[in-house]
Amino acid sequence: MDSEAIARKYDRILTPMTRTGWKFWATVIPLSVIFLWSVLAFGWQYHWGLGETGMGHPVSWTLYLVNFVFFIGISHAGALVSAVLRITHAGWGTPFGRAAEAVTVFALAAGPTNILFDLGRSVRFYWVALHAQFKSPLLWDFTCIMTYFTVSLIFLYVLMVPDIGLLRERFPGRRWLYRPLSLGWTGTEKQWSILGKIIGILCVAVIPIAVSVHTVVSWVFGMQTQPMWHSTIFAPYFVVGAIYSGIAAIIVVTIALRKVYHLENYLKPYHFNNMGLLLLTFTLLWVYFTFAEHLTVGYGGGPAELAVLWSKLTGKYALLFWIMVTLCFVIPFPILIFKRTLPGLLVSSICIIIGMWIERYTIIIPSFIEPRLPYARGDYMPSWVEWSMTAGLLAGFTLAFVLFSKFFPVISIWETEKEEKEKEGHAKGE
Amino acid sequence: MVIDLDRCTGCQACVVACRQENNVSFAGEKEAKLGRAKFWMNLISEVKGTYPDVEMRFLPIPCMQCDHPPCTIVCPVAATYKNPEGIVAQVYPRCIGVRMCISNCPYTVRYFNWHAPSWPDDYKRGRNPDVYKRRKGITEKCNFCIQRIRKAKENAKREKRRIRDGEVIPACAETCPSEAIYFGDLNEPKSRVYRLSKSRRAFRLLEDLGTEPKVYYLKEGEWNDG
Repeated sequence: MDSEAIARKYDRILTPMTRTGWKFWATVIPLSVIFLWSVLAFGWQYHWGLGETGMGHPVSWTLYLVNFVFFIGISHAGALVSAVLRITHAGWGTPFGRAAEAVTVFALAAGPTNILFDLGRSVRFYWVALHAQFKSPLLWDFTCIMTYFTVSLIFLYVLMVPDIGLLRERFPGRRWLYRPLSLGWTGTEKQWSILGKIIGILCVAVIPIAVSVHTVVSWVFGMQTQPMWHSTIFAPYFVVGAIYSGIAAIIVVTIALRKVYHLENYLKPYHFNNMGLLLLTFTLLWVYFTFAEHLTVGYGGGPAELAVLWSKLTGKYALLFWIMVTLCFVIPFPILIFKRTLPGLLVSSICIIIGMWIERYTIIIPSFIEPRLPYARGDYMPSWVEWSMTAGLLAGFTLAFVLFSKFFPVISIWETEKEEKEKEGHAKGE
Repeated sequence: MVIDLDRCTGCQACVVACRQENNVSFAGEKEAKLGRAKFWMNLISEVKGTYPDVEMRFLPIPCMQCDHPPCTIVCPVAATYKNPEGIVAQVYPRCIGVRMCISNCPYTVRYFNWHAPSWPDDYKRGRNPDVYKRRKGITEKCNFCIQRIRKAKENAKREKRRIRDGEVIPACAETCPSEAIYFGDLNEPKSRVYRLSKSRRAFRLLEDLGTEPKVYYLKEGEWNDG
């Protein structure tokens, strides 16, 4: 099929890229304002010092770390899920692929930025590379995240090359952008075979890298002496939680795209049903890990661990803890079993995303409030600066996604086409 | 360092002397409530019982200068390390304020400069010129008055001899009116701190963590026994 025919066939995917109505501006302008506000807030904090946050002694790692772990968690959805689905030839994953990979890249841009906010001397962040001290879990983090970011950026890009080739033909006005990016893609046999090989390698490579990232993120906490952090299951617990929140994020993003860009023909309830089953699996995994982690501490924990545990179960953090359990399990679990419809999935995914943010909060903060020795006690309440940065990150993340959708198709056209052909082939073969 | 809790009266002279010697900045009342006060030497008090049977206990807490410090290995830029004398040192110009050392210190004796350091005006002239004034955004901690150790070492080198026991005294030990704080070389079997650290009354904080603190406490005696 020539590009004209394909373009007409996938008109629904391509049109939103050129049209910008009032709705677009009504989304972009407020988001930009929030984003710029957070830049100002950062400037304020940079000038006056980290004392402008709610942090103190001994609560010295707070909302920025929560956001860091949260966004890196979201990023797991993407590359990992789409790579696994590709390797297993799960055709239903195709329409989610592009959105998932983009979520990964933008979440990975948002996550580590928090470390920059958290540093006492942010401009010296590159010293981590310059004066690397390899025994520090933070350095492992830095290495893994940078690798993951690079690989998932390549992953997103390589999978877009055939589509960019098409865009180059379709939108002459944007040639300045698409021509260099398309790398001279014309769709020859040789090019397809190279692409296939690269995708194969990337799919296999991205899985261990993604797992390593959240493993190491968990070790930033797990390697420390703080009560309730020093746990051997932290690595798998964090990885499961990351994929869990990541899948929820993909579902929310794709439902939004489906609604806004009218992609009902490509994202069908059948696709979402399967995604819902995947989410259900992770709901069970998450609740299993959470139960195992807390029961073990409750049975065998020393006094310092128990103090933290009880502050979570019945004490100061009980409200947050039980809200987390409700949002991550009690609400989504029955919905995902009985009602894997679009509204049902949307509700449970939003619950899970908020719940997982709270989970990170209740993992990090209570351990600081109750350190091992009973004298250093503090309290924590996030300040306006921290809330501004959190809002700014969310706004920036959404903004990046909206702008991305205006320059690149949010559903992979060539993969949809390929899958359709394969289906036809099967039908003929029978 | 050995601290005899039997002798400690809780007068806080050590806290003041430490602040003076090491240019530890003032947080102010408002900031202190948010947990931004810095005490390289901190005096913890505990009230036990109710009137009239009240008992008060004190615990001065400097940095424990662990032999296996959990704080140094987690620093991504190697801004803190155990120096050859066994002191856990902080390299202020290298520190970028990650604060992982703070969170991994089980004794919570590392302090962060949340704001640019400040002192009352009439206090500024009394600052110690031998000690670096820390800027905002970096971590600082007790270092057993390392500037005094340096000076004593230089003197000893000039006179071609070893440092004598009791020649170096950190500010807290020097000022203690009840002479509760002893300082010396724990590796030297003839030193007073070595002898005291082997006392039956000696204990260390959180020994079970395996951090091997180099601050020993001598617990209070049973006065009722006569």
